[in-house]
Parts: sequence; structure tokens; C-alpha cells
Amino acid sequence: MKVVVGRDLLHANAGRAGENRALFNKNKVATINLISSPGSGKTTLLEKTAELLRGKLKLGVVVGDLYTVRDAERIERAGVTAVQINTDGLCHLTADMVARALQEMPLSHLDLLFIENVGNLVCPAAFDLGEHVKVALLSVAEGVDKPAKYPGIFREAVAAVISKVDLLPYTDFDLPACLAEIHQINCDQQVFVTSARSGQGMDQWCGWLGKLARKSGWKQYKG
Amino acid sequence: MHEVSLIQTLIDMIVQSAKENDIIKVAKVQLVVGECHGALPEALEFAFEILTEGTICAGAELVIEKSALLLKCQECAQEFRPEGYLYRCPACGAAYASLVKGRELYVDYYEGE
Repeated sequence: MKVVVGRDLLHANAGRAGENRALFNKNKVATINLISSPGSGKTTLLEKTAELLRGKLKLGVVVGDLYTVRDAERIERAGVTAVQINTDGLCHLTADMVARALQEMPLSHLDLLFIENVGNLVCPAAFDLGEHVKVALLSVAEGVDKPAKYPGIFREAVAAVISKVDLLPYTDFDLPACLAEIHQINCDQQVFVTSARSGQGMDQWCGWLGKLARKSGWKQYKG
Repeated sequence: MHEVSLIQTLIDMIVQSAKENDIIKVAKVQLVVGECHGALPEALEFAFEILTEGTICAGAELVIEKSALLLKCQECAQEFRPEGYLYRCPACGAAYASLVKGRELYVDYYEGE
């Protein structure tokens, strides 16, 4: 006997992601899934973003790490509500994990929610969490090869942030070459060249966030 | 990537469906895997062999149908298969394409009695 199934193996995650997205849409919260290698500067970017947007936009952050609550503690010290997810070994967040974390997040009070994913440029690209957009982060200290080596996430992300540009004088990072490579992979992608430490590029990054959050700017994506 | 958890999901799905269809032994499973997924057929087969032990799928043949990546250029509407990691249109050179096929990851059908 032959039984036709026709069912997606990732259907469970996709279903839950859809529910998360419906919640974000209902509460009009622009939601970003922030993805990078470990140590690229996701948490530092969010700390600096929180400081610059204080009084302008209400932020919330869901943080994913295998272990520790260190990142959520840092974000809370920056004055933003943060909920920590510990995956206890799983290399990426799932929509289920995010759904549980959202129970502790005051969505109706927020303009913008960041989901700081587990440091990993591979797996997070494949797991929809319900976000409106993915943003990829790449630091100057990692070299210029990341976009070519991990094209999937750079293709999926509507924006890329290059971080730690204050370190440019101390590295061989070829910024024009990296920007050209990113453009070849995703010519539509907005790229922000930033340093959380010096503040370079942060105004443009925050300006883009503002457009995303205000007047339902997120609707052009997956709203 | 995550072949073990994908195969576990596949087995759970088939066991549930088999129960609903009064099937007590599965002989074959057809799985469609899109090229862009990065799920390795060898790893899927290995995971299937190990995880089906002691289940109604033990000894079943896993057939993996690969779905090749097919893109459509958003500038000139040309459909093409990309070479390498760049999704550049061979007709007009634009790097702006949407995915037509190649992202599938589903259980097509299974056979049993």
C-alpha cells in the first residue's frame, strides 16, 4: 500500500514561527533575527543600539546562548527588557523556544524586538523564528571570506552589519572587497559599516531601525 | 545539517500515519530533499538506518529524491541553475533571483502493509 504524505519535515517549526509572527504583527512589533558567528559583537551592537534609541523606540531582546545568562544581563544593564534562552547544546534557536520566551516579553509595549540568535552562521539561516527580517553581522576581525563561505545567510538577510571597524588599522580586512562580495551575493542588501565602540555608522543603523519600526515599516517584509 | 533530528521527525510522521492507515511494516520511504538545504544524503541514510531500529520502519528502503536548485532572474525572468555560490543570471548578469525549486524538504510517500 502506498500512502502519500507530502509533509514538510520542518512543518512544526514553520507552524510555530507563523504563530510568533502573528503575535508580532498583532502587537505591531518589528522583529529582527540577528545572526552571526560567535564573538562578532551582537550583544555589544544591541547595547549601543539601546543607548542611542533610548527615549525614541522601545526595545526588547530575546537572547539565545547554549549556556549562561551573561548576554541578557548585559542588555538589562543597558536598560532594555531581555529574556535569555539557554539551548543547553542546540546550535540555533527554534520557533518553539522563542514562543516560550515571548510569554515573558511585554510585546504590547514594544516598537522593536531583537532575537539575538546563537552564534552560528549556518543553522540559524534555516530556522524561521517568526521574525520580519534577518540581519547578518560580520566583524572586521573575522576576515573578508565569510560572505562567500556562508552565502546562505547573506542571501536571506535584508541587511548586514559590519562591526568593529575601529579595528581596521590593525587588520588586513579589505572593506571594499567585502562590500563588493556581499553585493554580488545579495545586491538588495543594506550594509551598515559600524563600530559600537567609536559610534561610527551607528546613526545610519539606528535610522534604518527607526524606519522598520515606525509606521509599520516591517510590513514590506513578512508582515 | 541536523540530519538526525530531521530523520527523527520523518520517523515520527510515518509511524503516526501508519497507525492511521493500519500499516504495521514500512518497506519504502521517499524523501524529497532540495539542493539548497545542505542536508547530506549520506548522513540522512545513516541516521535513518540507526534511528529506525526497533520501529516499523526498520529495514525500510530510504529513497532520496534530490530537487535541483532552479532560480528565476528578477530582472529578465530567465530561469537558470546557479553555478557555485553566486546566483548570477547567465542571460543578463543580474544578481537578483528568486527561488523556483530546490528548497523542499518533505516526505513524499511511503509504502508498507
